Amino acid sequence: MELLGLDVLFKGTNMARMLGGLWVAVEISLISVVISIVLGLLFGVFMTWKNPVARVISRVYLEIVRIMPQLVLMFIVFFGATRVWGINISAEVSSIIVFSFWGVGEMGDLVRGALTSIPKHQYESAAALGMNKAQTYYHIVIPQAVRQLIPMSINLVTRMIKTTSLVMMIGVVEVMKVGQQIIEANRMVSPNAVFGIYGIILLMYFFVCWPISLLASHLEKKWSN
Amino acid sequence: MKKKFIGIAAVAAALVLAMGVLTGCGSSSSSSAASASASESASSAADSGAVFRTLDEIKDSGKLVIGVFSDKNPFGYVDENGEYAGYDVELANKLGEELGVEVEFVSTEAASRVEFLQTGKVDIILANFTVTPERAEQVDFADPYMNVALGVVSHNDNVITSLDQLGPDDQVIVITGTTAETYLTKNYPDIKLQKYDTYASAKTAFENKNGVAWANDNTEVIAFANQGEGYTVGIEELGDFDTIAPAVSKGNDTLLAWINETMEKLGSEKFFHADYEKTLLDVYGADYEDTLVVEPGQAAAK
Repeated sequence: MELLGLDVLFKGTNMARMLGGLWVAVEISLISVVISIVLGLLFGVFMTWKNPVARVISRVYLEIVRIMPQLVLMFIVFFGATRVWGINISAEVSSIIVFSFWGVGEMGDLVRGALTSIPKHQYESAAALGMNKAQTYYHIVIPQAVRQLIPMSINLVTRMIKTTSLVMMIGVVEVMKVGQQIIEANRMVSPNAVFGIYGIILLMYFFVCWPISLLASHLEKKWSN
Repeated sequence: MKKKFIGIAAVAAALVLAMGVLTGCGSSSSSSAASASASESASSAADSGAVFRTLDEIKDSGKLVIGVFSDKNPFGYVDENGEYAGYDVELANKLGEELGVEVEFVSTEAASRVEFLQTGKVDIILANFTVTPERAEQVDFADPYMNVALGVVSHNDNVITSLDQLGPDDQVIVITGTTAETYLTKNYPDIKLQKYDTYASAKTAFENKNGVAWANDNTEVIAFANQGEGYTVGIEELGDFDTIAPAVSKGNDTLLAWINETMEKLGSEKFFHADYEKTLLDVYGADYEDTLVVEPGQAAAK
């Protein structure tokens, strides 16, 4: 225990603080993931429109999401909004805004990819069977598109969870920051805490992301028949 | 043709937007026209009083928001019960007590301290904030409460008390990118430097006598010498003195005046010596108390 510096975990309320920090990270990512999936589905459909205005808008949005590092976006929302408009957004809400902004863009692009990959003959066959547009989407297109979406969107979700470690830069104390606080507070008495604490953080991230991966492979299997 | 045009237009628009947003958030010391207009809008917000809270507004709200480090033991850190503690935090709590309000701590990082003040997200920064001319243009510093300078540690069998003592073959260990490196390169170009990228590798090299001395911030070398046997800090103060001080948003004169007044009162009560003894003594020892601590208002007497 001492060798790995794990003893610091059992000092005072350290373990509870780590779990509290983990909850902050999970909360921010869960809310953002829900927003990203809902709005991302709509945005994905919007991206398939042929209208030039719609295409410019979606292209600009997607490029911004791809070009800008999440950290820069976070500074813009948290500090920039106050500087320019005097709006004071809390650090947690700023993080959710940035993660959703990112998630909706990437999710939309995945949805667009899934939708456009459905062969034209699927639509034509549906029309030949007398289905209207809504029926075609509901019975033919969406089931196939969702199946394709699962692996990629799980990838996005786990990336979002892991990226929450950036929110410490705007003052949100999440699991990574709590870990650093514990390591530094014990710098003199247990210098090895750095291994133990980062090891625990690794396990925590793993046990958050792993069930999501399991669920994804379960769904994939279930829907492949 | 049409398709291609849309693509180009979209990318161009994205870039323009991205540039606009980036410069809007850029550092205000930049001299580009775009960021000048951004800082203009920031200062117009300041005129309307939106950016910072005056002393009366803080009193009325009953809460003083202070940005501190939460992972820089022993200056600002969080103890095992989740409470903020350290040399800076003691002062923060004292200020809250003097003002009769509750203190709300915000965990800040070195890189975001100025931004927190410029946007009024905190009232005061007490995060081991070294006073520099560049920072003084962006925030207002109160009276200092601590000194920092460079220090040089050496082995007990060959204590270096002056840089003139160094022979032509003696090498001094420094960490790349620190003030110690810049200072020695500029002022003592003849001294041979051995440069390391990280604290850990510099420490190992010094312990293995790869160099006769190790130059770094004096707080760092003092803490190092106190932790192990056989090392002495021969030079405690080298080069330009820097000071650590509380900072408030630029132009927040009522709060600044109140802090200075309160710190002077605390200085006359030797508050900062008591603070040192409570938080820093274990790390730096009693010998360095007068080197590191500044009692505001008493600095001239030192």
